[in-house]
Amino acid sequence: MKSKAPSCPYLLWMIIFTIIPLAMVIYYAFTDKSGNFTLQSFADSLFYTDVFVRSLWIALLSTAICLLIAYPLSYIMSRAKSSTRNVITMLIMLPMWMNFILRIYAWVLLLQNDGLVDIAVKLLGLDVPLLGTTGAVVLGMVYNFLPFMVLPIHSVMLKIDNRLIEAAEDLGANKVRIFSKVVFPLSVPGIISGITMVFVPTASTFLVAQYLGGTGDKMIGDVIENIFQRDKNVGSAISLALMVIILIFIIVMNKFGDEEAAVA
Amino acid sequence: MSEKTIISLKDIELSFDGEVILDKINLDIKDREFITLLGPSGCGKTTTLRIIGGFLEPDSGDVYFDGERINNVPPNKRNVNTVFQKYALFPHLNVYENIAFGLKLKKKPKDEIDRAVKKMLAVVDLKGYEKRPISKLSGGQQQRVAIARALVCDPKVLLLDEPLGALDLKLRKDMQIELKQLQNQLKTTFVFVTHDQEEALTMSDRVVVMNNGKIEQIGTPIDIYNEPANAFVADFIGEANILNGIMKEDYRVIIQGKEIECSDKGFGTFQPVDVVIRPEDIEVCKPEEGLLAGTVTSVVFKGVHYEMEIDCDGCLWIIHSTECESVGTKIGMRFIPNNIHIMNKLFPTENNIFKVTVVSSNSYENSMEIDIEDSVIKVDGYCYPEGSELEISLPPSDIYIAGDGNGALEAYIVSVIYKGEYNEIIMETENHTWLMTSLQDEQVATTAPICFKFDNAHFTLCSGSGGDSK
Repeated sequence: MKSKAPSCPYLLWMIIFTIIPLAMVIYYAFTDKSGNFTLQSFADSLFYTDVFVRSLWIALLSTAICLLIAYPLSYIMSRAKSSTRNVITMLIMLPMWMNFILRIYAWVLLLQNDGLVDIAVKLLGLDVPLLGTTGAVVLGMVYNFLPFMVLPIHSVMLKIDNRLIEAAEDLGANKVRIFSKVVFPLSVPGIISGITMVFVPTASTFLVAQYLGGTGDKMIGDVIENIFQRDKNVGSAISLALMVIILIFIIVMNKFGDEEAAVA
Repeated sequence: MSEKTIISLKDIELSFDGEVILDKINLDIKDREFITLLGPSGCGKTTTLRIIGGFLEPDSGDVYFDGERINNVPPNKRNVNTVFQKYALFPHLNVYENIAFGLKLKKKPKDEIDRAVKKMLAVVDLKGYEKRPISKLSGGQQQRVAIARALVCDPKVLLLDEPLGALDLKLRKDMQIELKQLQNQLKTTFVFVTHDQEEALTMSDRVVVMNNGKIEQIGTPIDIYNEPANAFVADFIGEANILNGIMKEDYRVIIQGKEIECSDKGFGTFQPVDVVIRPEDIEVCKPEEGLLAGTVTSVVFKGVHYEMEIDCDGCLWIIHSTECESVGTKIGMRFIPNNIHIMNKLFPTENNIFKVTVVSSNSYENSMEIDIEDSVIKVDGYCYPEGSELEISLPPSDIYIAGDGNGALEAYIVSVIYKGEYNEIIMETENHTWLMTSLQDEQVATTAPICFKFDNAHFTLCSGSGGDSK
């Protein structure tokens, strides 16, 4: 039997930074300020149901847009020469070297009245506000989380053996068939992990909506951040609810993934 | 096998990154034959197969299928199917779906597909495996699925790219026989690629021996084995003693200074030739009764026979015999004229003969610098005027591979043939072919840095060159 000793640092890490905080959140969610058991915090958090639903909707929308951009991009990348591929990977990774808040601020500057994008839009004859809209929030999400969609899909596509494509061609498949019968089915695991990696953080993120959205665009992450400063019991209850929903989502996605993996 | 030609390759040439992969390949594949492309790795056999399959387009030359030029026909429109190296089965589909893949694309009715797949499963002995995922199959089973997947499309020609390479020896031998039987039964043309000479001899109607992008010989397995066209083929197919000989006159050859009767004629008088004698064709006898005599230096038991190495005046011979002689015994070697195969040398001349220009000369030091393929090489002990054109005759022993990796030229090793005393290595650089002898074995189809020494070289001033107008 293998020794379990090497996993000790990892276990310790898990306990200190994940298990204990999680236990604290659960404890606070089910107690009131004086430490007595209560479900009142959950009842109070129902007040934020519409924020909750809108957050999930924005997350879903952002994930879908990410997928629409990332899939063809990954496909092109996987077919490209390795030098071209490296350049594109670099371009995708580059913004991630910059601080998250700075990136959002950059978009604020671009979208605000008389910002570069705003001027461009005005030149096209459209005079609509850009900053402070749901669209701006989704844009910010897509911009920030696109790499998390591209990378897993790209890495799965890169692993598709070129001989499989040749085999399909050999057996009579044209370009469309090669894609629908071989490339797409084999890239499903990448799509699933990409969706998970984008949906989960977009659903719970904060700051993006605060900076780019209007007053009505607040997302659940912002609410949690805000409430925690006043009332950690309600904050914990909302966090817990969000966590459970995301957990269910991951389980469902993994189920899909497992089915794919089972036939793969 | 019929006389009708199904696939015809005409003057196929292909280069990649300036490197010649195929050099004027001409090949007619007959309908219903089992033909094998055989050669060492890097010889162009897989490339040839890919051109037939449509995955590569030749730079020049034509591919004909049933008399029709198909150069521009994509793989999905050719009546040819491929069994890929390492099978390339679809991992997301099960056995049934893999085999049905081609038929579904052809939009065949469901019951017809079902019948065809079931029949194919029976042919390759995989009944009851329909629902199995590919990952749950053994190598041999995957192999069968790959063959079934290609054959179910009922191609005129089946291309097989080293399909048995990943199997272990015993399974490989079984599959060789099964494949041959399958081909007999289905009457499909099989084009088989392998680097395993024994596999080629076992299965094929005809064998195409390739090396360095060229076809060396096409023939039946028996022809190829018994009448190799040159030393390369003899060396590659089976084991052989390959020796330098001199053809004294018709039916008389001199080997190791001894004149021996042979059955070949038509060579020039005193023409240097390669002599091939198979180890099993040599009979061991008493030293005084043999054509040649030598001392046994090693004996290895090989199962059916003993493999003995004989030192005969510094030249190493190999003998296969069912009787064992002990190491150190002096024995005689006998062989009948019919078993001596005489062939033209792979390299046309005895020495390397090439022309160079003197780049600079230094009469004070008695040295000069010459230019070979843009590489400037210093020659000590000789001095010709700058700008002279020289013809150099360089013995093969004066080319050597640079031990430190800094050679004058980078050469591609085309063939390595053991001549009993040393290896004869033929190499190519951009504009020249070189002959080198070396005690060391080298890997073919690789490059090596080569150097020259000119101690034994012979220089001739070309007439009409700059040197005369001094």
